[in-house]
Amino acid sequence: MTWSEALTQLQLALGAPEELAWLAEAIAYFIGAFVLVNLSLVLALILIWITRKVVSRIQDRIGPNRVGPFGLFQTVADALKLLSKEDITPANADKIAYALAPIFSVFPVLMTVAVITFAPNFVGVDLNIGVLYLVALGSIGIMAALMAGWSSNNKYALLAGFRVVAQLLSYEIPMVLAMLAPVLLVGTMRTQELANAQSLYIGPVNLGLGWFVFLLPGAFLIYFIAALAESEQTPFDLLEAESELIAGFHIEYSGMRFAMFFLAQFLNTFFLGAIAVMLFLGSWQGPFADQIPLLGPIYFLAKVFFMYVVVQWIRGTFPRVRIDQMMSFAWKVLVPLVLFLILAQMILMKLPWPANFGWVGYLLILAANLGAVAVVLRVLGKHIRTEEVRTKRAFEPKSLIGVMAPVSPAGD
Amino acid sequence: MVPLTWYLTLAAFMFCSGLYAALGRRNAIAVLMGIELMLNAANINLIAFWRYGVTPVENVDGQVFAIFVIAVAAAEVAVGLALIISVYRNRKTLNLDELDILKG
Amino acid sequence: MPELPIPIPPLPTLHESVFMAIALLTVVGAFLVVAARNLFHNALGLALTFFGVAGVYFVAEAEFVGVAQVLVYVGAISTLITFAIMLTRGMMYGATSPLNRQAGTAAIIAATVFVVMAGLLGSLPWPVAEEPIVDGQIVIANLGVGFVTEFVVAFLLLAVLLLVALAGAIVLAQDRK
Repeated sequence: MTWSEALTQLQLALGAPEELAWLAEAIAYFIGAFVLVNLSLVLALILIWITRKVVSRIQDRIGPNRVGPFGLFQTVADALKLLSKEDITPANADKIAYALAPIFSVFPVLMTVAVITFAPNFVGVDLNIGVLYLVALGSIGIMAALMAGWSSNNKYALLAGFRVVAQLLSYEIPMVLAMLAPVLLVGTMRTQELANAQSLYIGPVNLGLGWFVFLLPGAFLIYFIAALAESEQTPFDLLEAESELIAGFHIEYSGMRFAMFFLAQFLNTFFLGAIAVMLFLGSWQGPFADQIPLLGPIYFLAKVFFMYVVVQWIRGTFPRVRIDQMMSFAWKVLVPLVLFLILAQMILMKLPWPANFGWVGYLLILAANLGAVAVVLRVLGKHIRTEEVRTKRAFEPKSLIGVMAPVSPAGD
Repeated sequence: MVPLTWYLTLAAFMFCSGLYAALGRRNAIAVLMGIELMLNAANINLIAFWRYGVTPVENVDGQVFAIFVIAVAAAEVAVGLALIISVYRNRKTLNLDELDILKG
Repeated sequence: MPELPIPIPPLPTLHESVFMAIALLTVVGAFLVVAARNLFHNALGLALTFFGVAGVYFVAEAEFVGVAQVLVYVGAISTLITFAIMLTRGMMYGATSPLNRQAGTAAIIAATVFVVMAGLLGSLPWPVAEEPIVDGQIVIANLGVGFVTEFVVAFLLLAVLLLVALAGAIVLAQDRK
């Protein structure tokens, strides 16, 4: 008996008319959504703590350690501080849009949780179009940033709003196409079926290691880079580049409204990691996840938190890219590569391989993906080398510039 | 189950709002928004008639048409807004009453 | 028990109540597009309407079209329109009325069209029952098959159209010095 059936029976026992049976279903969905959303909000507190701890360790600091054990309640204290702050609306702001923008930035992120597969039988709704649903939600955040940037009546906020649109729209294309690769492989957009497809049987035992990242490393790398840009994390944090834009599109916001933008960003980073785990890292699959059901959610959360820590590691180590570099990387490297990958995968999957030779196609898909990885790493490496020399030059005394080997300007 | 007439009424309202915006607004962008409203109204009708068709599972023509409309609307908006920006750059106005340079 | 003079209408089902809420949202959005004086508020109303229409598609069990609606209309078209409004923001603060000379006539025409359509709605014999859709995944599969078989020519032409529109938009909006 499912949860909503139980509610229906309770309702009938209490003497409610049968026409109202749908109410039980609605209540069941509401309770489910309520629990998931509130858990996500609590999760955000932990995420912020993790970020601060990881980044401070990288920067040779200790990080928050005063409130609670290991400083765990520091975020709670910060949230209380933000709640008690004055909520300021600039004089000439567009009041309605200014008030709505933080809400619009949080709600698509929270809606993501509906299709996330935490465990074999634990998913909010197994939509027919689960992956596409995730893509569509990602595109709503752009509107929120634009609303915030415009309504604040501030030049820097507007400039950041323009940057948001440029960055998020550009990186959405490679991200969506990379997400298409596992969908093509399985032939479904249901998140739960994608998770099931990533099992690996040795005899009767499911090792749970048939992760798509082993077959599609190129698509995974492209997804990861694009997701970094989509979640506005370093090295793509141009939207809140403190040294250029003061803060970004949320510069005029204070108190809890500012906190909502912050919340949206941290949760978005986490959920994009969760999507990466669902599509490429085997979701809840892992050794013995079938035998011990409790291992499923543990594997899933462990993988997602691992992804999150990797993102924070990148945040602590990488410098910010310039806006022209960011745009050209998306349009000149990622989009052509991912188009090539998808095309290659489709052709190789549909070629009439002779019986017992179907694996050749998959081997070639893997080869194409490895090629894509090599190209991305080469472009990035070349870029980092030229930038290194450039920075060195900038700090050299003038007399030495002529002595140093000339640097080709290419590689941007 | 939602009655077909409800969809059609909603679509009719949206179509007429769009018609009013397209005919009565002064700004070219507002006119474009009105046209978008009308296209969406047509799309609601396509989906509603698909849903009330004889075999909605096998016969998905209504959905196919709706997707074509969405794609064509995207192309239309891209070209339309490019035109609007180009006009604004040359004439410093988007007031359609003032864009009467072709009038004899 | 005596018969009530007015029969109580049947209570709305889940689908019907959801549809009513979404329709209200859509109507408010459409009203904002038409009536708000600030062009930016028009654009926000338009985004709201697009959302509402996507919700209508979900109620009609056309999930794929609904998601495409959110992706294309809310994600791309609303953003583009907002962008265009920002680039031409000199137009926003004029003291002139947002309506042109023929606005009165336009209102009459729109109202007449609505009355005629509503009248037709009431008088025509529409189908009353819809076929249940058991597995929505088959619908999406059929949609995909349709695009590459029956409608393949239109599909390819659409691809060409989008490419031409892309190139054309860039050429038109380019700043010629």
